[in-house]
Amino acid sequence: MSNQNQLVSKVDWITVSLYALFVLAGWMNIYSAVYNPETHLWIFDAKFYDSNAGKQLIWMGTSLILIICIFAIDFRFFEAFAPIIYASFIGLLVLVPFLGVTINGSHSWFKFGTITIQPAEFAKTATALLLAKYINEPQVNLSKWKNQWIAAAIIGLPMILIIASNETGSALVFASFLILLYREGLPGEYPGLFIGSVTIFVSALLLSPWTILATLIVIAGIIIALSPIYVQRLKQTYTKAAFFIVGIMFMVFLVDLAVNKVLKEHQRNRIKVLIDPSFDPRGLGYQVTQSKIAIGSGGFWGKGYLQGTQTKFDFVPEQSTDFIFCTIGEEHGFFGVMVVILLFVAFLWRLMYLADQQRSRFARAYGYGVVGILFFHFLVNIGMTIGLMPIMGIPLPFFSYGGSSLWSFTILLFIFLKLDSHRSDMLSR
Amino acid sequence: MFEGRRQILLLFFIIIGLVFLGKLFFLQVIDDSYEKAADNNAIRKIIQIPFRGEVYDRHNKLIVYNTPVYDLYITPRKAHVRDTLQFCQLFGITRAYFDSTCKQAKIYSRVKPYLFLKHLSKEDFARVQDAMVDFPGFTFTTTAFRTYQSKAFSNALGYVAEINSNSLQTQKDDYYRQGDYVGVSGIESFYEEDLRGQRGVKYRMVNSNGVEKGDFKEGRLDIQPIAGKNLYTGVDIRLQEYADSLMQHKVGSVVAIEPATGEILTMVSAPSYDPSLLAGRNFSKYYQDLALDPMKPLLNRPPSAYYRPGSTFKLIQALVGLQLGIITPGSVFTHAGAPVKCHSHNTSHNDLHNAIQWSCNPYFYHAFRKILYEDTQGNTYERSAQGLQRWSELVANFGFGRKLGVDLGNEKKGILPNVEYYNKVYKGENTWKFSNIYSLSIGEGELVVNPLKMANVAAIIANRGWYIPPHLVKAIGDNKVVDPFYKTPVSVGIDSKHFGVVIEGMKDAVLHGTVGGDGKIPDIVMCGKTGTSQNAKGEDHSVFIAFAPKDNPKIAIAVFVENAGFGGFAAAPIASLIIEKYLKGKVDRKAVEEKFMNKSYLPNVLSVTGP
Repeated sequence: MSNQNQLVSKVDWITVSLYALFVLAGWMNIYSAVYNPETHLWIFDAKFYDSNAGKQLIWMGTSLILIICIFAIDFRFFEAFAPIIYASFIGLLVLVPFLGVTINGSHSWFKFGTITIQPAEFAKTATALLLAKYINEPQVNLSKWKNQWIAAAIIGLPMILIIASNETGSALVFASFLILLYREGLPGEYPGLFIGSVTIFVSALLLSPWTILATLIVIAGIIIALSPIYVQRLKQTYTKAAFFIVGIMFMVFLVDLAVNKVLKEHQRNRIKVLIDPSFDPRGLGYQVTQSKIAIGSGGFWGKGYLQGTQTKFDFVPEQSTDFIFCTIGEEHGFFGVMVVILLFVAFLWRLMYLADQQRSRFARAYGYGVVGILFFHFLVNIGMTIGLMPIMGIPLPFFSYGGSSLWSFTILLFIFLKLDSHRSDMLSR
Repeated sequence: MFEGRRQILLLFFIIIGLVFLGKLFFLQVIDDSYEKAADNNAIRKIIQIPFRGEVYDRHNKLIVYNTPVYDLYITPRKAHVRDTLQFCQLFGITRAYFDSTCKQAKIYSRVKPYLFLKHLSKEDFARVQDAMVDFPGFTFTTTAFRTYQSKAFSNALGYVAEINSNSLQTQKDDYYRQGDYVGVSGIESFYEEDLRGQRGVKYRMVNSNGVEKGDFKEGRLDIQPIAGKNLYTGVDIRLQEYADSLMQHKVGSVVAIEPATGEILTMVSAPSYDPSLLAGRNFSKYYQDLALDPMKPLLNRPPSAYYRPGSTFKLIQALVGLQLGIITPGSVFTHAGAPVKCHSHNTSHNDLHNAIQWSCNPYFYHAFRKILYEDTQGNTYERSAQGLQRWSELVANFGFGRKLGVDLGNEKKGILPNVEYYNKVYKGENTWKFSNIYSLSIGEGELVVNPLKMANVAAIIANRGWYIPPHLVKAIGDNKVVDPFYKTPVSVGIDSKHFGVVIEGMKDAVLHGTVGGDGKIPDIVMCGKTGTSQNAKGEDHSVFIAFAPKDNPKIAIAVFVENAGFGGFAAAPIASLIIEKYLKGKVDRKAVEEKFMNKSYLPNVLSVTGP
C-alpha cells in the first residue's frame, strides 16, 4: 500500500495532466471533425463506435490499460530488455512487407481482426530505448567516431526498413534522435551540419542558383570586411572564401540534380507544392490550400465548437488524423492554436526538465529521445498544415486520431514517466 | 555534462513555436481572404425564383400565367447511361449533342449538376420520368414559362426572355444574373419589378463533394421568395381578339380607351405574332424570324409609330379656334382663296358644323390663318410667331409633342411644331410665316402623332375637355394598388361649351358625311372623324377616330390602317365594328365584318412604318 502511495507521489502529475488534456482536447476535435448535424450520434449509440470519434474513445480506454501495464512492469525491464524489444520490432519491420496489409497506400500495417497496427510507430520507442541503453554504457563517448557510427546504425536500421515500406514520413522522424545525441554529447557540428544542409537544400529548391551565389558572395564580403585588417590581407582568406562558395554551390547543384533525377515524381511534387501551393490547387496543392483555408477562416476566436464548415464537410482530407490541427484552427481560432502551441512547448520543456533530473544516463537519454520525437511531430505536423513544411503523413501526438499513434505515443511517454518515478531508485553514473 | 544544451534546445523549440504563431496570426487574423474562400467552399447559395405575376383582363379573365417546365441536369460523377441510343431517342437529342454536353459537364465539374437540357414540357417530363431509373445522375429542376390564353395582345403585353449581356451590365441594383429571365417589352418590361416578385435565397452547406449538408446558420440568413404581383389590366381580351381579327392582312393600329377612366380597352398592333412563340425553348429561333421580318411584327405601333394625324386634327383646330375666340360655331369660310381643295362637298353655308361633317380643307385653312394673324401685332412673320405660340400651347394640352405617360416603355413623343421648331428649321427668328406652315391646318406638314395620342384625343372630346392618362394596367397586386397618376383627370384647357358643335359635326360626319355606309352602326350614335394621313412612302394611311355613344360615351377609339387610302374606307368601318362589338357584345353587320376581316391592304404596304 505504501508502495502505491509512493508511486502516486512520485509520478509527475504535471506531465500526466498535460497528456490527459491533450488527449481529451484531441478527442473533442476528432468528434467535431466527424460530427454531422444531420446524422448525429450519441456516445451511447452502438453505431457511434463505427465513427472515428467512437473508435478513438476505445483507443483512449485501451491506452489507460497500457499505462497501468507499464507501471506494473519493473522499471529495470526497459533497460534490460531494450535490445530484445528493438530486435523484435526490427523483425516486425522485416516481416511487414510479406505479412502486412495496405492502408491508404502504405504497405506497413499488420491486421489482427479489426485492429490494425503499424509497427513503424512503435519502432521509435524501441530505438529510443536501445539508443539510451547504448549511451548508458560507461565507455561510450559520442565525440568518438566509433560510438557515433554505432549510434547511427541503431537509428539507421529501422529507418531504412521503414523507407523500404514506403513510409518516408515516419522514417524521417528518426532524424529527431539528433536531439538525444546532441544532449548526450554529440559535437555541436552535427546538428549544425544537419540544419546547414537542410537550409542549403531548401534554398536550392526555393531560389535560383544565381541568387544563392550572389547572396553567398555578399555574405562573404561582409564577413571579410568586418574581420581585422591583417586577416583581410591574407591571401588564404580569399582562397578559403572562394573554396566555401564553390563547395556550397556544388551542393546546390547536387540538390537540383537529386530533386530532378533521384526523387520520385510524387515526392518531387510534394516539395513543389510546398513552394507553390497554387501549382496544383485541385490535386497535390489541394490539401495545403484547403488546410490553410480551414485554419485561416477561423479568425481570432474561431467559429465555435462544432461550427466549422471546412473540416466538417471533408474539404480537408485526413482531417481527424494528420490534419486535426485544422479543426482546432477553424473552430477555436488563433486563440485556440496559441493555447495548443504554448502548452506543447511547455510540455516539451517539462519533459526536458524531468530528463535532466534523472540520475541514470539511460533515463535521461531516453527522456531526450521522447522530447525529440514529440518535437519532430509537432514541427512537421503543424508546419505542414500551415504550409511551412511539405506534407508528410505524420500525426500530431495525442491529438490525432488513430490507435497505433495514440498507443505508441502513450507507451513512449509513460515508459519515461515510469522511469522518472523511480529516479531515486536508480544509480547515477 | 552538456547541461547548457537544454537551454539551447528550449530556445530552439520556442523559436519554432513563435514562427508557427506568427504564421498562424497572419493566416487567421490579418489575412481575411481565407474566410471568403471558406464560404465559397462550403456554402452554396441557392436562388429561388418565384412565380412571375399573372395578368388579367378587365373582366378578371386570366390572360397570362405560368406553366412549369423542367430542366434536366447531369452530375457527371453519378451519371451512368448504359444505352445512349435509348437516352437520345427518349429526349429527342442527337448523339453529338449528348457527347458534347457530357464533355462540357465534366469540364465544369464532376460533382456539381450541369444543365443538360432546358425546358422540358410537363408532358415530356411525365413521359420520361419512368425511364429515368435507368439513368442515374440526372435530376430535374422546375422553372416556369409564360403561357398565354390568347394569341392577341402580344405587342402591348411584351415578352419575357433571358436577360441580354448589355442589360446585365447596365442594371442598377445588381439583381439579375446571367440566364435570368426578364420582361423585355410591353407591360412585362414596364411592370418588371412588380411582376418578378422577390427572389428567395437559401444558403445551404455543402461538403467537398457538393452534397448538401443542411442549412447554413439554421437558415437565419435565408430570404423567402415572394411571388410576383398580378397585374389587373383594363383590357377587354375578347374585344382585343376581335380587333386583332379585323386587323389581319393589314398594317396599322387600333387603340380603344374608356373615356371616363383612361383605361385602354384594346391595343392592337398589326401585324402581330403569337406570343407563345417567344415563350418556349425555341425562343431564339422564332425571335430571329420575327426580328428580321420586314413587316416588323415585334414593333408595338400604337405608342411608337409615327403618323401624321391628317384630317382628324381638324377637331383640335376647331376647338383651339373656339377657345381662342377667333372662330365661333357660326363662322363661315368659303372655299375661295385657299391652296387646299375640298373634295367632299359643295355647300353655300359652310359653318363649323358643316366643315367638320365634310372635313372641309379650305375652312380649316382659313381658320388656322385667322388663329395666327388675328389680334397679333407686327408684320406677317412676327404675327405668325405670336399666333403659332398661342396655338401650340393649347394643342400641347392634347398631348401632342410629349408623352402621355402610358405604362409602356416605348412611347414616342411625336412632334408638335412650335415657334422654336420652325426657327430652327428656317434658321432664324421671323423667317417663316403662315404661308410656309399652312399644312398644319389640316393635320399634315410637320405634325407627328401616334395612334395612342389620337385615341386619347377622341377620349378628350368624349369627356368634353379632360382625360385621364391612358393606361393598360388599372391595378397591381392583390391589394389592387393604383398609381394616382392614372386616377387624376387632366384638363386640356378648352371650355366644355365649345365641344357641342364639334361633337355634333362628328355625329353627322358618321351619319351623312365623310363616313361611308360600312362605318355606320344602325342603333348606336357614333361620333367620328376621318383622316387621311399623307406619307412619303406610298398610298395614304387611313385614319379614323371616334367615340360612342354620343351621350355618356363608353368607348373612344383611333384606328390607323397603313396605305389603305381615305379614312372613310378602311379605318372607319373597322372602328365601327369594334365599337359595336364592345357596346352590344356582338356584331349584327356580318357582311361588313367579313368584308373587312378579309380585306387586305398588304400589297400597298411598304416595309417601314413612319411618316
